[in-house]
Amino acid sequence: MIDRMSSEEIASAVCLAAQDVFSTMLQLPLASDPFHDEAPEPESLDGVVALVGIAGTWIGTGRIACSPQFACRLAGSLLMQPCEAVNEEVLDAVAEVANMIIGNVKTIFEEKLGPLGLSIPTVIFGRNYKAHSAGVPKWTVVPFHTGEENWTISFCVVPTKMHVHQAPRPDAVPVA
Amino acid sequence: MPLDVLIVDDSAAIRKILHRVLVQADVPLGKVHEANDGLEALEKLRAEKVGLILSDINMPNMDGIELLGKLKNDDDFKTVPIVMVTTEGSQAKVMQALQLGAVGYVRKPFTAEQIKEKLAGII
Repeated sequence: MIDRMSSEEIASAVCLAAQDVFSTMLQLPLASDPFHDEAPEPESLDGVVALVGIAGTWIGTGRIACSPQFACRLAGSLLMQPCEAVNEEVLDAVAEVANMIIGNVKTIFEEKLGPLGLSIPTVIFGRNYKAHSAGVPKWTVVPFHTGEENWTISFCVVPTKMHVHQAPRPDAVPVA
Repeated sequence: MPLDVLIVDDSAAIRKILHRVLVQADVPLGKVHEANDGLEALEKLRAEKVGLILSDINMPNMDGIELLGKLKNDDDFKTVPIVMVTTEGSQAKVMQALQLGAVGYVRKPFTAEQIKEKLAGII
């Protein structure tokens, strides 16, 4: 039974899922920089953040963070119409982009971790706010750039207590 | 005869995209109705008959799998073709939807061509 997902595995799944969504539905260029891990300290955030949770024997959260300008560009590409300012329509479009990317990460994870559920996306838009996810040991952060716009996808995933309790001890003797 | 369609998705963006794809597709399109979730879809279907349903799975209030099960157990709706258009890509969910009676399954992200091909095989 798997008891951890490496940052490399998480970053690889995030890149694959993002590339799929960007090439299929957004027709926007996408390049990534090397991932890094971050402590879960609340940081001051500006702009648009979309959060989608996963749950099952493993739990976690995927987070897309970008500027208001890039949120408008994402929405404009998805809806094939100009989007000038962050409004309900733009936030809904960013939520759907997050839903597709994190949903596809979840599908990749399911091959190793078994069935997982996906939450309804939540989108936050504001200035100088802090976000905190309880019980998260670290975020794996993948920086992306689309043209001159820089944005990130962060992901954390950990086994639940139920999963840990179900895991066989290394010295356990199999029962015939 | 024009084909009336119901699009069920909690994302207004996806409803808009699917509506546009339907308009572009080579089908005799009638009215296109929209619902935010399974519960709203059932309400719309009580008032409007449709010939095709495109439905997401992960939605608040009533998800697409529950909606599918209810419609396939209802004599008034069990012959209406339902295509799932969803982020849910796990084989278990695909099998569950097909066993419940969905005629097709399109995974998000999708291209307009994938939707059109799926419709061509149904209509």
